[in-house]
Amino acid sequence: MSTILLVFLEFMKIGLVAVGGGPATLPYLMELTEKYDWYTMEDLTNMIAVSESTPGPLGLNMATYAGYKTLGFFGGVISTAGLVIPSIIIICLIAKFLENFNENRYVVGAFSAIRPAVWAIIAVSVYRVCKVSLFSLTDGIYTPIPKTMALCIVVFALLQVKKLQKYHPAIWLLIAVILGIVFRF
Amino acid sequence: MPPGRFPGKVNMEIYWQLFCAFFRIGGLTFGGGLAQLPMLKYELVQKYHWLEEPELLDIYAIGQCTPGIIAINTATYVGYKKKGVMGGIVATLGMVTPSLVIITLVAAALQSVIDNVWVQHAIMGIRGVVCALMLNTVLTMGKKTLKSRYAVAVAIPALIAAFFFNVTTLVIVIIAAVFGMVWHVALHDGRKGGNAE
Repeated sequence: MSTILLVFLEFMKIGLVAVGGGPATLPYLMELTEKYDWYTMEDLTNMIAVSESTPGPLGLNMATYAGYKTLGFFGGVISTAGLVIPSIIIICLIAKFLENFNENRYVVGAFSAIRPAVWAIIAVSVYRVCKVSLFSLTDGIYTPIPKTMALCIVVFALLQVKKLQKYHPAIWLLIAVILGIVFRF
Repeated sequence: MPPGRFPGKVNMEIYWQLFCAFFRIGGLTFGGGLAQLPMLKYELVQKYHWLEEPELLDIYAIGQCTPGIIAINTATYVGYKKKGVMGGIVATLGMVTPSLVIITLVAAALQSVIDNVWVQHAIMGIRGVVCALMLNTVLTMGKKTLKSRYAVAVAIPALIAAFFFNVTTLVIVIIAAVFGMVWHVALHDGRKGGNAE
């Protein structure tokens, strides 16, 4: 089988089985390092670090990177397409179903409880992400990273001002980059 | 054929908007699914009014419980809602393009990008802001979602299950869905029965 087809199929498989987003793709991405020499385990570790510092979801970045390593830019396009196609098909089917049944009382009932439940899940996940991002862990003790923590608190406080909420969130990211470099975060 | 389906300037514009909105979301999200929420809220709810804020939670639930990356699932879902299958594809293309370009550019110099001191300083700043944005989104979403006693009564057990017992999202969503169906239908039937008598 040609490499192009293989890259396409392997990433399509990941797109088809990884339930739960970025972190869920990791085990499958690791598996690929054992099966093929497209990228190494070290590449994957680096990629996780890079994914944090470049825009875009990890799974997507990893697919692009693996494809790029094997066949250059074209490979990146192929692997991304493989990853994305199952999502497009599945989600279009679900969206069509929900469109037809959005008046259905079972569907309405289900989503009336799903919304607050998902809010709770998001709140817990955000808490966990913030804990890892704003604190450094040494010997089991969490200590706040001073500058990052301070920036977080100040920006959060500013976001409570109605007038400031109309700006694109990217403005805050730009401010963060500038402050981070100038004040050596 | 419905009138909206004829090719024309107005029709193309919505595709272009979909592409650009998700291009920005994909290009400005640092850290995957959760970090994307503030961007989604801004572009889809505040700017284009394509969705109501609580609908973001529906999409997140669907994204978490179906295979594939949440970012892609979200793009497809919103695109489909606006313009059917083509809309889904266009929105997804917008989401994917920044990753494709950026990763291709940094792939050659991966290690030097990570080790770069400036990049590291910038990342520590970005982290702080991303946390603030996410916390703010949780707050505003909570205000809109937890308006009834019913909603609070669902959210609290879900919070406990996720926080203390690490119950997975899929399980919580399924339990909530079943509970919601039973509650909603039982309440409805109960009222109907009451009226009939």
